[in-house]
Amino acid sequence: MEKKEYTLSLLVNNKPDVLARVAGVLGGRGYNIETLCVDATLDPRYSKIVLTTIQDKSTINKIEKQLIKLHDVHKVTDITDTGAVSRELLLVRMKLTEKNKADIALIINSFNGRVVTMNGDHCVIEITGEKEFLERAIESLKPLGIEDSARTGIVALERY
Amino acid sequence: MKLKGAQILIQALKQEGVKVIFGYPGGAVIDIYDELYRENIKHVLVRHEQGAVHAADGYARVTGQVGCVLVTSGPGAANTVTGIATAYMDSIPLVVLTGQVPTALIGTDAFQEVDIVGITRPCTKHNFLVKRIEDLGKTIHEAFHIARSGRPGPVLVDLPKDVMQATGDYEPVSFPDHAPKSSPVPSQIFYIKDLIAQSRRPVLLTGGGVILGRASEELRRLARRTMIPVTSTLMGIGAFPGSDSLWLGMPGMHGTYYANMAISHCDLLIAVGCRFDDRVTGKVDHFAPEAKIVHIDIDPSSINKNVIADVPIVGDCKAILKAINDLLEKDNFTVKEEERTEWLRQIDTWKTENPLSYCQSDEVIKPQFVIQKLYELTRGKAIITTEVGQNQMWAAQFYLFDEPNTFVTSGGLGTMGYGFPAAIGVQIAFPDRLVVDIAGDGSIQMNIQEMATAIQEMLPIKIVILNNGYLGMVRQWQQLFYEKRYSQTDMTYQPDFVKLAEAYGFMGLRATKPEEVEPVLKKGLSHPGPVLMDFRVAREECVYPMVRPGAPIHEMTLGSREMTN
Repeated sequence: MEKKEYTLSLLVNNKPDVLARVAGVLGGRGYNIETLCVDATLDPRYSKIVLTTIQDKSTINKIEKQLIKLHDVHKVTDITDTGAVSRELLLVRMKLTEKNKADIALIINSFNGRVVTMNGDHCVIEITGEKEFLERAIESLKPLGIEDSARTGIVALERY
Repeated sequence: MKLKGAQILIQALKQEGVKVIFGYPGGAVIDIYDELYRENIKHVLVRHEQGAVHAADGYARVTGQVGCVLVTSGPGAANTVTGIATAYMDSIPLVVLTGQVPTALIGTDAFQEVDIVGITRPCTKHNFLVKRIEDLGKTIHEAFHIARSGRPGPVLVDLPKDVMQATGDYEPVSFPDHAPKSSPVPSQIFYIKDLIAQSRRPVLLTGGGVILGRASEELRRLARRTMIPVTSTLMGIGAFPGSDSLWLGMPGMHGTYYANMAISHCDLLIAVGCRFDDRVTGKVDHFAPEAKIVHIDIDPSSINKNVIADVPIVGDCKAILKAINDLLEKDNFTVKEEERTEWLRQIDTWKTENPLSYCQSDEVIKPQFVIQKLYELTRGKAIITTEVGQNQMWAAQFYLFDEPNTFVTSGGLGTMGYGFPAAIGVQIAFPDRLVVDIAGDGSIQMNIQEMATAIQEMLPIKIVILNNGYLGMVRQWQQLFYEKRYSQTDMTYQPDFVKLAEAYGFMGLRATKPEEVEPVLKKGLSHPGPVLMDFRVAREECVYPMVRPGAPIHEMTLGSREMTN
């Protein structure tokens, strides 16, 4: 069966150890988590976990069934291909030179990014968007000298 | 009224109906033991914490109640892991209470500290660390609720010493039952009825779920009304009577020829409360190739995990079987004799062609012969526990079980050293029943120290050792698949089991010739106290039939004759 990246959204108890249990369901079976985002919901008793993993359909079904068996997991939704809105935040630190300044400004502009901080010859840029969008941004910035970068992983929300 | 943590714990256990705790004291649980000293809950003092968990597990398997274990922190807790994993794989309800260092010391590598919640996360249904006295009572009740609801399993509760010493309030809490409220879907029940009506070659495959779900009576009702032959996984043995003519024996790697042939040729397979373990299915692509598969299980994650079901039904198997039976009864459904004749005749042919058999010998004791004699002499009425390996397979093949909860064995995990401590739990539950542990000389030594527990509790357990001086099952694989390179399976040195038994206070008996088997069994079984019987059996006997790992189940090795169909 064909593999692709699936996005699962989990509603879980906001307690210690819950993330370890969720990660254990995947890790214990040798499945990699590609991205992971966790935060408390509006109701602080619960957290939402959004994770992505590259699987085939039948494996993702098995993972869902195992996750919902966890006592601390209340809901598991496969939001892949549901038209859910998905976003990721990218932070990139660049070293500024007389040569690259103008190009960086252009790229920031074209990816709707912004400069978060600038001191001396360093700047940190933030860009949000879907995964592929950020990948394109990184590709564009790479030749201009990326010093380091960090990404949040995907957060996603159903449209209705 | 303010109570100490240890008191709250004991009150909560009583509230949950705990009658016996299997355990072993230590520094971190000394407050709990101090409380137990005053209370009238029975405590069985084992000699190793693994034994405590297996004993509680055996107790749970025969009573259907949640087994309860109490051990100390660190090594005490770590020693329970094999027992917990055993119970987890076989869906046995346990609550394991572990002591923990005081909350302030957690994470400091304190003396006898271990992260038991972390260690047991993947082999418990759920586990808890109780950090506040306010959560204690509720957590204990929740643990019991989780252990017994839905698909049962072990739950661990880690109890820091300072929480046991703190004072707080206790209110009994009860949890609503979350188990699938299975009003079976009528359309599915109708569909199954149609499938049964249309089928010419049906087979029922049952598993441990039928025993855990107490669905044995409904299963018997269904099989007899529809004249469907029944095969059962190791875990489901006893749900359908072994002496019934519709009984096919166990399928799979060491299943009967006729059970494997029936599955391979059936047109309808109704699987109830089983999870299609690889030992049952063999090569999955060739499993029941001609059959429509109905899969009834309480755990949705078991369905379509290994075998794709044509009719998946999630729910309580007793309720579902009852719904099918009621519908059949309402419709006055009967199977026309001629609709089953051909199929049942075919199965009879398979049974006659290749029954379970072995070559009897005048010189050496055949292990199968010991089990057969044991069956005859106990008239099938004993509760049998087993260790793991050849002894377990021969017990499953040659002892016929007519009642559920009478065959107690580690199926999923295959834990050597399980049978004897499990027998202790069984005998505690049923002091008046005959309880026999069928063991190998390898397995029995893994928890042999529990003989002291049996003596202390005055439990008249009978141990039957099929002593071949080998780790027999691994040796069998080495013989068949590794050109007889018996790497480290020959136990060149063995203790004198008879003297060892006597040293503990057991009666010790030995048989070395076939004609001694019956007298030794008779003497041992009729003795009112605990007995260890050491049967020196044929060293290189193999368990047959055997399906090679990864082969389809209709390709069996049948002892001296190789047969492929």
